[in-house]
Amino acid sequence: MFNDIAQYFRTDTLPHIWCPGCGIGTITAAIVRAIKTLQLDQNKVIFVSGIGCSSRMPGYLDFNTIHTTHGRALPFATGIKAARPELDVFVIMGDGDSTAIGGNHLIHASRRNIDLTAIVINNSIYGMTGGQTSPLTPHDKRGTTSPFGNLERPFQVLELAKAAGATYGARATAFHNQLLTKLVIDAYNNPGFSLVEAISQCPVSYGRRNKFKTPADMLLWQKEHAYKAGQRIGHEDDFQIGEIFSSQAPEYTKEYDKLRQRLKEVSR
Amino acid sequence: MSNPKLMQGNEAVAEGALAAGVLFYAGYPITPSTEIAEKMAERLPLVGGSFIQMEDEIGSMAAIIGASLTGLKALTATSGPGFSLMQENLGYAVATEVPCVVVNVQRGGPSTGLPTSPAQADVMQARWGTHGDHPIIAITPSTVQECYVLTVIAFNLAEEYRIPVILLMDEVIGHLREKVVLPDQLTIVNRKKPDVPPGEYLPYENDDSMIPAMANFGDGYRYHVTGLTHNQKGLSSGNPEVTKSFMQRLTQKLNPYLDRIQMVEEVQLEDADLILIAYGCSARSAMEALHIARGRGLKVGLFRPITIWPFPQKQLEKYVGRKFLVVEMNTGQLAGEIERIFGNKAVERLNRIDGELITPKEVLDKIGGVCNV
Repeated sequence: MFNDIAQYFRTDTLPHIWCPGCGIGTITAAIVRAIKTLQLDQNKVIFVSGIGCSSRMPGYLDFNTIHTTHGRALPFATGIKAARPELDVFVIMGDGDSTAIGGNHLIHASRRNIDLTAIVINNSIYGMTGGQTSPLTPHDKRGTTSPFGNLERPFQVLELAKAAGATYGARATAFHNQLLTKLVIDAYNNPGFSLVEAISQCPVSYGRRNKFKTPADMLLWQKEHAYKAGQRIGHEDDFQIGEIFSSQAPEYTKEYDKLRQRLKEVSR
Repeated sequence: MSNPKLMQGNEAVAEGALAAGVLFYAGYPITPSTEIAEKMAERLPLVGGSFIQMEDEIGSMAAIIGASLTGLKALTATSGPGFSLMQENLGYAVATEVPCVVVNVQRGGPSTGLPTSPAQADVMQARWGTHGDHPIIAITPSTVQECYVLTVIAFNLAEEYRIPVILLMDEVIGHLREKVVLPDQLTIVNRKKPDVPPGEYLPYENDDSMIPAMANFGDGYRYHVTGLTHNQKGLSSGNPEVTKSFMQRLTQKLNPYLDRIQMVEEVQLEDADLILIAYGCSARSAMEALHIARGRGLKVGLFRPITIWPFPQKQLEKYVGRKFLVVEMNTGQLAGEIERIFGNKAVERLNRIDGELITPKEVLDKIGGVCNV
């Protein structure tokens, strides 16, 4: 299962810290398989993350990796990409990380359409701190800070990014991890800001409080509620997987390079 | 020497940054620092660099750290409110030892305060604004010429010691226009690169120099950077031995180099009974008052800490037994440090916090009061 991608891991850092039944490990493997398929130069790949369970991923990976501050992965990644556009920059964030404390950076990275491949691992909860409600916790669901059910409505994170100017958005789950690999490849190939929402399961902090008896129940929930474009929604919890949107727009670092060339010609 | 030029302080910072080899600027507009961003926006694309206006100062600080990790010298500039927003990521740069320079053109505060008026009230924020025990370097220009030269030196210190350096300006110095003579030759320091193959590279090596070599992201040295307490490989660890070793090196790493970091200006101190201590714009008024006082036969000198953090205590301790008058546009942030060294009785204060400059006459009046006692 793992040997095919072991070369991309700092195997001396394993085992990882994630709880039994957590989906982040599966999602990590799916992302790394995308990099393997793309045959990217390991020395040119950068992994940037924020703070939280998902953001521990880069520490296990044998790339240039940076575990930044909570919510700030995207502006760190923006600095890296703007400084050296030839690098392949992947950004790993959690749902609280990317849509609460880092929400402003998400919409501005989308607006700039800077060529980053961003992955939001959405487990509907703040896992690292023990199960508090996040902006992606569904309405009525329970967290330690919504013990009577979440009164707020969640963001649709891909719609948010699309409206802000991102040029690629897609969704898969830990269950649909082969699809996730394909979507990460497509996201990488999009020359602009790409966002992939990877729905994950947090059995310990979310599942226990929300009537999921086992991690397997949560994976089955992902299987049963996911539908593809063109299929009919059967239940209010249903969500679309696959590519959600794709468009073309000028990419930030390429536009900046054009500016440099233009100024060079003017000064000549 | 080149021809003299008339230049504004903020403009001189931008010119100094370019002379130091800066190729990346990220920032957010804020008075009274904005001219630095404007100048960099105009100049950086011409020299193959990058300017980016970020969505806030948190993002600005993050972006310059990211750029610096790829090997570029990176700058941001702000004022009090923005400096507050930068503090978390400033601490990240300290902990991960990523060189960069942060300019804070101080204005009246707290909060939005007096955006277009001077103050020197971020002295302690520069030292302790971010959480946790940590080293920091902050330097304070008091002329436009120094804005240029000290920006170059700020980058040299950042690169040499792998630390963020704060150029602690004030509104007067930032907006002042005066003559500068750009030096023909500048010493430019670049960070130490690893001289071992990637397999042997320890990004946070604890050797005698206490300053590890730094590889660029993308150059074949694949390593991990984290704000968590980390081992010599850069990997996070909560082990008490690892933590102790990391924290000791981090908090003491400037100690062997203090003589090279701590810059001071000493004026007529040999026979001075009263030593004025002032920096930034206040040092200009103190200097003027000193000349008038000397004309009247009063034995007054000036000690100007150009490097304000780490405070040049050793240089000042030579003058134990004298009287000190600390002149600053805050309620006595540096005076507290001087009292820590010499005790309360040796130290007088002259403070102003109404957004108006401390005038030479005010300093002179205070000198008269102190000397007559």
